[in-house]
Amino acid sequence: MNALYSLVFVLTLVLIPLVGVGAADLKTIFGVCIPSTAIIVFVAGFVYKIIKWSRSAVPFRIPTTGGQQRPYDPTMFKQNKWDNPSTGPQTVIRMLLEVLAFRSLFRNTKASLHEGPVVAYASAKWLWLFALLFHYSFFIIVARHLRLFMEPIPGFVNALDFVDGILQIGAPVVYQSDAIIILGLGYLLGRRLWDARIRYISLVNDYFPLFLIIGIVLSGVYMRYFAKVDVMAIKELTMGLVTFHPHVPANIDITFFIHLFLVSVLLLYFPFSKLMHLGGVFLSPTRNLPNDTRMNRHINPWNDPKVHARPYADYEDEFREKMVNVGIPVDKPLPSAPAGAEAPEKA
Amino acid sequence: MSDFPRPDELYKSIDYSPPATGWMDTPIKFRPGNWCYPAKPDVLRYVHFPNPREWSAEDKDWKLPENWQDIIHQGFRERLKKFRTFQVFMDICVRCGACADKCHYFIGSGDPKNMPVLRAELLRSIYRKDFTLAGKILGKLNGARVMTEDVLKEWFMYFYQCTECRRCSLYCPYGIDTAEITMMGRELLHLVGCNINWAMEPVANCERTGNHLGIQPHAMKDIVDFMCDDIEEITGKRITVPLNEKGHEVLFTTPSGDFFADPGTYTFMGYLMLFEAIGLDYTMSTYNSEGGNFGLFTSHDAMKILNGKIYNEAKRLGVKWILGGECGHMWRVLNQYMDTMNGPADFLEVPKSPLTGTVFHNAKSTKMVHICEFTSDLIRHGKLKLDKSRNDNLRVTFHDSCNPARAMGLLEEPRYVIKNVVNNFFDMPENTIREQTFCCAGGAGLGTDEFMDMRMRGGLPRGNALRYVQEKHDVNTMACICAIDRATLIPLADYWAPGVQITGIHEMVANALILDGEKQRTMNLRQEPLPGFEEEE
Repeated sequence: MNALYSLVFVLTLVLIPLVGVGAADLKTIFGVCIPSTAIIVFVAGFVYKIIKWSRSAVPFRIPTTGGQQRPYDPTMFKQNKWDNPSTGPQTVIRMLLEVLAFRSLFRNTKASLHEGPVVAYASAKWLWLFALLFHYSFFIIVARHLRLFMEPIPGFVNALDFVDGILQIGAPVVYQSDAIIILGLGYLLGRRLWDARIRYISLVNDYFPLFLIIGIVLSGVYMRYFAKVDVMAIKELTMGLVTFHPHVPANIDITFFIHLFLVSVLLLYFPFSKLMHLGGVFLSPTRNLPNDTRMNRHINPWNDPKVHARPYADYEDEFREKMVNVGIPVDKPLPSAPAGAEAPEKA
Repeated sequence: MSDFPRPDELYKSIDYSPPATGWMDTPIKFRPGNWCYPAKPDVLRYVHFPNPREWSAEDKDWKLPENWQDIIHQGFRERLKKFRTFQVFMDICVRCGACADKCHYFIGSGDPKNMPVLRAELLRSIYRKDFTLAGKILGKLNGARVMTEDVLKEWFMYFYQCTECRRCSLYCPYGIDTAEITMMGRELLHLVGCNINWAMEPVANCERTGNHLGIQPHAMKDIVDFMCDDIEEITGKRITVPLNEKGHEVLFTTPSGDFFADPGTYTFMGYLMLFEAIGLDYTMSTYNSEGGNFGLFTSHDAMKILNGKIYNEAKRLGVKWILGGECGHMWRVLNQYMDTMNGPADFLEVPKSPLTGTVFHNAKSTKMVHICEFTSDLIRHGKLKLDKSRNDNLRVTFHDSCNPARAMGLLEEPRYVIKNVVNNFFDMPENTIREQTFCCAGGAGLGTDEFMDMRMRGGLPRGNALRYVQEKHDVNTMACICAIDRATLIPLADYWAPGVQITGIHEMVANALILDGEKQRTMNLRQEPLPGFEEEE
């Protein structure tokens, strides 16, 4: 049901530019106004969210440790420096592995029950693999699009373009990233639909961005490989946007406006959604702090000195007589007993 | 517990396929065995927690304060600012489901709300409604819902069906830590007086008497003397244990479970014999007679209040550094919270073993050393005379306790000690040990008898791994370094792997340890015959 709602949403979103540009000819609104607003909201929203997170305190240093701690003597036991870092540089490596290689997802296992009873755990790396494929191809596609916003086109963008199409299949050349992202999205959507457990936890918030990105990818693929739209006209528009001289050329295909509108919606939606895991992953206190709290004191900005243990004197006042009776040393003698008489010698 | 299902029946009742209705529309049912008894009013009054009253989770009316929704809302807001974990974890979950089958309670119950992702969604759905624009406007379509009494009851059920073991957090691509989620959930529940006695009474006892059992100082002395009698009977040597004495080098702190119930008592006798063997200049304290921190799974304030006694006492007694016994929750607090909450410990010195000269630089700020670190260092330097063959009747495996494993990384030290005191050691399968270890299903205040049904379900993964090594290697002993484990793993093993006994590491150390001037040992600390002496009974 949540999936169906999301699909209907995205289809409705496709209709908006179809009507707006196709029927009402609001090209400036869809080509200039909406995308620029989306970019502003995206940047402002992203920054707002990061600031909001940063202003939330980190009172304790609580990394989840994934291996042997730094031992008291490094020759004695081998520390797992990347999964249980104890210094800043080691933590940077842990974060790089997490962000660039999805280290934690790589651990994934699948538990299953069998007669016996036996609980079995099998390696389950498909999610890791397809998540990685999806994210990297998404990244490459975004980077390739820089050619529309820069003149002259930087060398690395041309290089990326060349490598991405290195298989030289078809005309125009098929980008591998286009094929891979469809594969990745297909897997991510498929498991939400077919795995009963994942379907159970999935919200509209999960399906909607998936369908939205699928819409963006399909409209992009259609433009490049099937409609073979006029890229120079599109670049005229995009360059106009980034140089603050907005201008909408006449001969732009309607598919482009659909593509652009869906991208705008993604940008608008991004800062207020789970997609902010892009920023959040860097701020997760169980990953981005070293396990060094026995070596270096971490400061809690709101540590309240009024919250403290029951003082010893208070305790002794309650139990003094009982302590003295069995010879446990006390700080203040009993009123009647001679001072120090009851305290035994040091053992 | 006559109607308790047999293991094979319990196993057959586990179904991983979710119900037909969505989780927000599936009501929960409190039944005997799946919830812990509420805190007694007197206990709450002693620790100044709100809304003390008689109530039961199975009641319709939970006697909440009139403005309870407002209290929860304000408490939620406050914690979002005070804990970045909470704020970020509310925002970034993508519901990928990697955590789903990592939870021992989910594996053993199949209840979808025991998937860590849904446990967090219980809070997240309220967060969206109360603190995000989209949630306010779109409501359920955006995964948001209104805070009702039914939601609160759901919180109570599932935040007290989580042992804060952090196994899910290890697998989460963003490190979302359900222990944090549960800690926040429990703090919010405290605000309206919904908490469990098995956690709150120990907190009150710890604050008053220094230990969770409420043992007063004179009784503690009796207990220690009694154990010294046992040690004398076994070894022929009389040991004296300093209590509350000033001017010693080391303060030794251990969970009070160790001097109260078997088999923790044997571990405790093990510490005493070790200290005797090496002539350690130490004292224990009745004021600080609990290392285990029941505040960790109650509230951050309670954690700080209970933990504060350790440094207080170290300062008062004038010791140089602190040695900590085998305890899970205690060591999470000592490693990740103590220095921040109650430090700096600038009145102590960087710990240095008086026997080997090893300086524990890894504890240079907290000045607290784990006894497994300390003992492994002694063994490495040949400071202990050990006769491993005295443990030859034991075929041992090791249960990594959640907190030392995933909030510290104390993995090799205990194994090193075990391998030096026993000849037969076998690890359980790799997906169930070290950082991937499974909880005993009785941590974080849930180790109580009325919760036995969920404990046995949650104990399935651990019990099953134990059963595996029992069948493959004839393992008959599971060692652990946690006082809660020593209490909760016994029924777990009896249920899932009958015939396996539970032990602390230092019980085995003391069995192997040769004391100067001891008589010929014929029995172990449990006063059972040592290998080779069985006939003389």
